[in-house]
Amino acid sequence: MIITQQKNIEEIYEMIKQYSKILVAGCDGCCQPPRSINEAKVLAQMLELKARSEGKELKWKAITVLRQCDDRIAATTVRPFIEQYDAIVSLSCGLGVVMMNRIFENILTYPAQNSMFGGAENNAENSFAEYCETCGECLLGVTGGVCPMAGCAKNLSNGPCGGTVNGKCEVGGYIHECAWIKIYERLRKFNRLDLFTKYRPPRNYRIWSSPRFIDINKSYTNEEEPIKEEK
Amino acid sequence: MAKRQAYSKLVKTMREGKFLFTGELEPKKMVDLSSILHSAEEMKKTGKIVAANVTDGPQGDAYTCSMVPCYLVQEKVGLEAIWQMTVRDRNRIALFGDILGGAILGLKNMLVLTGDHSALGDHQNARAVYDLDSTQLIDLVSKMVDDGTDLEGKEIEGGKIKMNVGCAANPNSNPREPEILKVGRKVEVGADFIQTQTSFDIDDAKEFLKELEKFNVPVLLGLFPIKNYGIAWYFNEYIPGVSVPKDLLKALKTAKKEYKEDKKKRNEVIDKINIDFFEPFIKEIQKTTKAAGIHCMAVHYERLFEPLLKNF
Repeated sequence: MIITQQKNIEEIYEMIKQYSKILVAGCDGCCQPPRSINEAKVLAQMLELKARSEGKELKWKAITVLRQCDDRIAATTVRPFIEQYDAIVSLSCGLGVVMMNRIFENILTYPAQNSMFGGAENNAENSFAEYCETCGECLLGVTGGVCPMAGCAKNLSNGPCGGTVNGKCEVGGYIHECAWIKIYERLRKFNRLDLFTKYRPPRNYRIWSSPRFIDINKSYTNEEEPIKEEK
Repeated sequence: MAKRQAYSKLVKTMREGKFLFTGELEPKKMVDLSSILHSAEEMKKTGKIVAANVTDGPQGDAYTCSMVPCYLVQEKVGLEAIWQMTVRDRNRIALFGDILGGAILGLKNMLVLTGDHSALGDHQNARAVYDLDSTQLIDLVSKMVDDGTDLEGKEIEGGKIKMNVGCAANPNSNPREPEILKVGRKVEVGADFIQTQTSFDIDDAKEFLKELEKFNVPVLLGLFPIKNYGIAWYFNEYIPGVSVPKDLLKALKTAKKEYKEDKKKRNEVIDKINIDFFEPFIKEIQKTTKAAGIHCMAVHYERLFEPLLKNF
């Protein structure tokens, strides 16, 4: 899921204060914490109050979309309302905001959220945590299921640095666990320290370079396909 | 791997088996390097210090690059430099380019470090690089030295560079095993020597040195004579994993209190405290371990070198 944090109300208002009618769109996709119809309504009311405090009137409608990052779903859900509004405020992550701007070219969609990271919900620790950095070159099979890209502040490939003290990381004040000490412990437990000691050469950051696209049809074949030149 | 040729005086001296000392220079935000050159001169005068580390933005702070001070220390003072290079601020392209530049300037030693994260430094919003890690940088230097190529195998015009490369090891690491495994991998990839973090615990240091023996490369044990109580206190409070022995801390505190007004006397007392602690420490290391020498991290504490090293 994509972990988001709402921008402060002043920042959102600053973006939309020129408009008198806005559509506030929640997202029922993977956004966490939830950013659905209720959150859209609350945000719209806060913006209305803010406008009123400045002597302006702001009309709004709150809706929610099953997934704003899916062009078909977003288009069919939002299109019926578009004509009546000056701008859209999206409570989705950045993916939804970009997708809405792509679909509805004649109206601007503004972000109400900062997209923080792709994360997991860790109820035991009452937190959302970034366990994967979507690097495109998954190492979890050789690191005991602990990601050194998301878990290590320095993205190291070959073990812990000198900044780890008693298994904790120097970044953040020795609170967070050192991913490489965890990797060591996991591999030791499963008697696979050979994987820990193995030298990992410099990574291929080209596959981690934006912008990234994957051709959906291309992922469903076991045949070799000719490499197409990027347009 | 097979032993690489000794290009530097440091590695030559280590291989001769002579117990040696190295010092440390820390360029800060400066364009006037006279204090650095002065420290280097004081080190050279002792006749015991073979080379000096020049730090690369310690604590993640933005400081003068280490390459230029390295060059000036070698050229103007005649003391060999150990060029500290972290992977924090440069990607593989910048590292390669800088190393070639350093080689042209005649730098013969590089100490490869990961580097304190920029989040700890004075530009906390900076984007840290870490394109390579320290092991991969040793791999890069090895390719430049042994094959005369970059990481992609492209040849360097003029051939192989002449440089020895060292790696760091942490005697305060806990757990110890992953640290040892990691050092082993660095040696395998091409480290010519090991320089350790500071240690105040003689038993710990001896045990760690014993564990490093199997890699069959010279090891410099890091020691940190403490110039004043403030530094000791800072070390104890803010550098986790390193604790200054209570007696040493207490003695420094007493010296600070008793000779608050008399700076000269205070310095004399502090020097004596350090000599009383570190001289027997070093002698014990020299006598009972296979350490190649001591890396003395006493930055800006050059007056201690002569009295501390005179019996070695």
